[in-house]
Amino acid sequence: MSDLPAEVQAWIGEKRYETEGEFDVERGYIFTTCSSVQNGNPIFWDDKAAEEITGGVIAPPAMISVWFRPHHWAPNREKQALPLQVHFDLKEVFDLPEAVMSDNTVTFGEPVRPGDRLKTWQVLRNVSTPKTTKLGNGRFWDIDVEYQNQKGEWVGTESYTGFGYRRD
Amino acid sequence: MAYPTLTADRVSPGDALPELSVDVKPVDIVLGAMAARDWRPQHHDYKFATENNGVRDIFMNTPNLAAWFERYVTDWTGPYGRMGWIRFRMKDSVFPGETMVFGGEVKGIDTDDRGCTWAEVELTLTAGGRVTTVCTARVAIPASEGDNPWKRRGDQWQPRAA
Repeated sequence: MSDLPAEVQAWIGEKRYETEGEFDVERGYIFTTCSSVQNGNPIFWDDKAAEEITGGVIAPPAMISVWFRPHHWAPNREKQALPLQVHFDLKEVFDLPEAVMSDNTVTFGEPVRPGDRLKTWQVLRNVSTPKTTKLGNGRFWDIDVEYQNQKGEWVGTESYTGFGYRRD
Repeated sequence: MAYPTLTADRVSPGDALPELSVDVKPVDIVLGAMAARDWRPQHHDYKFATENNGVRDIFMNTPNLAAWFERYVTDWTGPYGRMGWIRFRMKDSVFPGETMVFGGEVKGIDTDDRGCTWAEVELTLTAGGRVTTVCTARVAIPASEGDNPWKRRGDQWQPRAA
């Protein structure tokens, strides 16, 4: 029998927080990301190379989550929006103030291009029984984040394993 | 223009990827977090990271780690390499002042039922002499000159993780 609260059990397998990105995919972030990891791949910097190889400019596939991270501040928003809200919901339900991500799998679909407006949703896959690690006492959980473009094409899936914990 | 292209006939299981070494400065951690729009304080606020997270400094965030691995793999394949999936486990964090060293080995080469050629690589990231992240990635590469995995669309692109 599960030790999970009914609320959390109901979240497992449920499509939650379906949302559209707050802004179109844009090139400034593509350059900034490439710069942050010193990625000189010409398909991100050189329009001619991008046209020849990828049929036009694309975003680095690993940027998939960038397009959904909310602004740190926005007008008329009373509470700071959080990415991966299911993760924060679990922290709150289990009263676990700290958390880290331990495993991350990202699968890439159709290329993401400047001007795209993406859509996403989150699905909680499972939550562990209480565990103790060197960080503290808490629980592991697995969350999938799905991404689509404005044409309904699948552009990627991220699967996270998080560990919410309390430093006792 | 011809771009450096790694084709499947030049790859074998056991091949080592060229090592990449990067000295990590605080700006790399902060820039990486901002590029990923990750405003959480443990990636820019020393006091928060040490007092709340119980670690010794600010540390690299997850999406930026993914971007480093992507860059490392496609440095090796050249621009025709197209990432199918990447899976990584973070065993420890990367802190400013450390040297990151990326290494990797080809575990296999195969062709799927749509004719797409894949290289599977196992990667290791060490920082400060510790293995901080282990990673497996599957990247599509041209079977031969003239092939281009980026031209695959719809059901011709089947990258789902095994």
